[in-house]
Amino acid sequence: MTVQTESAHRKDQQADGPVLEAEGIRKAFGALTVLNGVSLSLARGEVVALIGPSGSGKSTFIRCLNMLETPTAGAIRFMGRPVGRRFRDEPGATGIGTLRRRVGMVFQHFNLFPHKTVLENVTEGPRIVLGLDATAADAIARDILAQVGLAEKEQAYPSHLSGGQKQRVAIARALAMRPDVLLLDEVTSALDPELVGEVLTVIRRLANGGMTMVIVTHEMAFAADIADRVLFLEHGVVCAEGSPQDVLINPQNDRVKAFVSRFNQ
Amino acid sequence: MYKWDFSIVTQYWDLFLYGLWITTLYTVGSIILGVLIGMMTCGARLSGWKSLNFIARVYQETFRCSPLLVQLLWFYYAFPLLVGITIDNHVAAMLTLSLYVGSFYAEIFRGGIVSIEKGQREAAAAIGMSTAQAMRRIIMPQAAKRMLPAFINQSVIQFKNTSLVSVISVSDLAYMAAVVNGQTYRPLESYTVMALLYIAVLFPLTQVADWIERRLRASD
Repeated sequence: MTVQTESAHRKDQQADGPVLEAEGIRKAFGALTVLNGVSLSLARGEVVALIGPSGSGKSTFIRCLNMLETPTAGAIRFMGRPVGRRFRDEPGATGIGTLRRRVGMVFQHFNLFPHKTVLENVTEGPRIVLGLDATAADAIARDILAQVGLAEKEQAYPSHLSGGQKQRVAIARALAMRPDVLLLDEVTSALDPELVGEVLTVIRRLANGGMTMVIVTHEMAFAADIADRVLFLEHGVVCAEGSPQDVLINPQNDRVKAFVSRFNQ
Repeated sequence: MYKWDFSIVTQYWDLFLYGLWITTLYTVGSIILGVLIGMMTCGARLSGWKSLNFIARVYQETFRCSPLLVQLLWFYYAFPLLVGITIDNHVAAMLTLSLYVGSFYAEIFRGGIVSIEKGQREAAAAIGMSTAQAMRRIIMPQAAKRMLPAFINQSVIQFKNTSLVSVISVSDLAYMAAVVNGQTYRPLESYTVMALLYIAVLFPLTQVADWIERRLRASD
């Protein structure tokens, strides 16, 4: 009884605080500093769009959020707990394994597993990482594949799918882990223009469903439409931050103005 | 006009068969040991540990950049003087063959693993897999497919390479053909039978290898 109350109490605390935080993230590759102190606090259900010119560090930053890149300095906190440098959980720190289990990622180039069917791509995480049995994992995967409109493709191999279908499988693969946060790294940049819409539709539906997301994108109109907050990065620092209205539609900052105007032509 | 007479040679059929058996034994033995050595060397190369990587490279380049015949002679005649113990010719032969093929296998294994796109590792990591899980479930199944043709090819070469152990008196097929020649003074027949036996074993193997390669390419 006490245990239950305690855990319920802890849950409430978590629900109030940020889900994922990055504080003063610095990342250098040799002499090249890509990120120079970027911070972000992500509330539950919030959609944050990261925009900026190429080379501004937005992809590096989103990859620091699930520790695919190890920050040179700065801290990542998940559910209020610092994330350590080890895969396993430690007394004072959440492990990278736990972080990645609960923070999904979708990549620009899909990175589907070519030797596995669509269904196997989606069940891989639930089976191997979460330890579910085949029946349970298949049920989750079929449910999610139906949500992204690919129920009839479950036995296909990735090489037989269009770019848009591949990206929707990749989203399904991330969703199958039932993540608390979804990181989307330029997920429409590698797609033919006519296939962008089907992927954006899926993302929009996730946003409306309350999924917490960080989105790196060049789709300004889309970012303005679904994001609660926009961060503009340039040269590894946040130049402007605020609502889509403030950052994208009525930019005050000259650099942002110049950048955004190029997309409005 | 030379008069062929295989009947003289075929009297010694049992010697040829024994030689073929020894050749097969050395091939299979050195392939098994070579795979183990190759896996360890490949692991050392990819460990990200500089000194381990260096040792593995020195071993690999030493064995890849010197002729097998030279290695056999060195291990049988020179190495024992260096360490002050006698080494049985069978041990020297098996050891050298294994180390030799292992250095090539290591490169085949390493090449297959590093040829898998970085995105595969990252996608596996992003769903929470450990490095070991990603290796076993995602990287290795794809890498193995790419390694297989080169692996089979190297193993076929290994079967031929074992003929060199005859120079340190291991009674393989090449050695036994020389023995039969010594008994019969019929080099043409003795060495022709030897050559045909090598071809009889290897031709079907190369056909299987080609077939596997075609099938793998079709499944891409």
